[in-house]
Amino acid sequence: MAYSEKLIDHYENPRNVGSFDKNETSVGTGLVGAPACGDVMKLQIKVSAEGIIEDAKFKTFGCGSAIASSSLITEWVKGKTIAEAGAIKNSQIAEELALPPVKIHCSILAEDAIKAAISDYNTKNGKAEVEAAE
Amino acid sequence: MNELKAKPIYLDYQATTPTDPRVVDAMLPYFYEKFGNAHSRNHSFGWEAEDAVELARGQVASIIGASSKEIIFTSGATESNNLALKGVMKFYGKKKPHLITTVTEHKCVLDSARHLEQEGYKVTYLPVQQNGLVDLEQLKAAITDETALVSIMAVHNEIGVIQPLKEIGEICRERGVFFHCDAAQAVGKIPLDVNDMKIDLMSISGHKIYGPKGIGALFVRRRPRVRVVAQITGGGQERGMRSGTLPTPLIVGLGKACDIAQNEMAEENARIMELRNYTLNRFRERLADIYLNGDEENRVAGNLNISFAYVEGESLLMGIKNIAVSSGSACTSASLEPSYVLRALGVDEELAHTSLRIGIGRFTTREELDQAVDAICNEVERLRDMSPLWEMAQEGIDIKSIEWAEH
Repeated sequence: MAYSEKLIDHYENPRNVGSFDKNETSVGTGLVGAPACGDVMKLQIKVSAEGIIEDAKFKTFGCGSAIASSSLITEWVKGKTIAEAGAIKNSQIAEELALPPVKIHCSILAEDAIKAAISDYNTKNGKAEVEAAE
Repeated sequence: MNELKAKPIYLDYQATTPTDPRVVDAMLPYFYEKFGNAHSRNHSFGWEAEDAVELARGQVASIIGASSKEIIFTSGATESNNLALKGVMKFYGKKKPHLITTVTEHKCVLDSARHLEQEGYKVTYLPVQQNGLVDLEQLKAAITDETALVSIMAVHNEIGVIQPLKEIGEICRERGVFFHCDAAQAVGKIPLDVNDMKIDLMSISGHKIYGPKGIGALFVRRRPRVRVVAQITGGGQERGMRSGTLPTPLIVGLGKACDIAQNEMAEENARIMELRNYTLNRFRERLADIYLNGDEENRVAGNLNISFAYVEGESLLMGIKNIAVSSGSACTSASLEPSYVLRALGVDEELAHTSLRIGIGRFTTREELDQAVDAICNEVERLRDMSPLWEMAQEGIDIKSIEWAEH
């Protein structure tokens, strides 16, 4: 399978690998996927008092496309508001990385992961779910 | 990663092997100078080709302890397996419509069995134990008066385990059931004797034993006689069991490959076994949480199948582009499913996603293995550092205790 240069770059030099303390109130954590399915993504956002995503980190168990998708989305969400980050579509990730059809699910997982992280942050901070919804 | 880019390292000997240069040398004259049709009975071109074919037939027979009259040339082990299963079942199936095989057989055996099922034959797929071996008591219990054939492979293509062939042969002979053995990965790698092991049909592949691709053989026992219905009909060559002009150069190559294997097997196996143990030890010294799939004792010398927990196999392969190994079998590595073989062993699905098959063979050097182990370990460590599962394991969280949303 031939992968795009962007995908390979994200796989070989993944951005924002790591973890925040998930107990901090400013941190939202999304854990999606399942080991039995061959991919698990943990995506974390650190949100400022103004509701801006200041930093993002990920850890992913999965194929190169899953690693690249999570790396890319951590780059994209930084500096965005929660609402903006929640509006990122998997198709944008798939297009940017030129994911082959069998790997589209990796981009869906990345979208799910950011939504889950936002939802976790909102729950912690007593905010209504609607804010993260589309 | 970069320093390896110059020279790829081949560690996928269960997928295929390079043709031994001695085999190529033996084949070359039969492309041009000695191009005759072995079936041409009335001139010297034909006789010359026929002599070469018959010499090769004897070489193939010799390595499995058969008589040359019991060897049918085919296009490879896939065809041999098709002919054995479909040919036997279609000949004996009216009275004995039952076939027994195992869930971990090669796809070409399983698919032939499925086709037979669709035509109304009955098939029992025996499970295997955690070490990959057939439970002989289960085999005995599965045989009925309607069973015509038991098909069990000798050496497994993915996990390298060696089935108890002699015991299986005894059971089958005692119950009057034919025993077909797919020996594509076994010929030249373990001692085989069709009489001692009471094997009635055996599939052989050229390209797994340093011979050319596109050639194989099927051993079909003459006493007691096994009958098969031909799957390819035509001029009635190969005693009517497989029509088609014999490809003399390929047959000469298969014969030569068997001849070399027979002469060098003991020495070669000792060398490969030493390399394998060395490699496994190096992995175990450097990495925690790695698991060998398949029995460690009853195992062919050149196979390692290792699960590197918490690292997904495909991403691992991507990071070691210059090392040719396989995740799952080559036939299924295009799919995203974890190996059906590992699942049949009861390997946890998350571990099944983390396995690599490393095949060591005739031309593998210790230096290549050193480079491969270093590269694989570096990549495993890099990927574990970005694996949420590894992180949880280090924090003492049991991954199985989490409710995952399977997708």
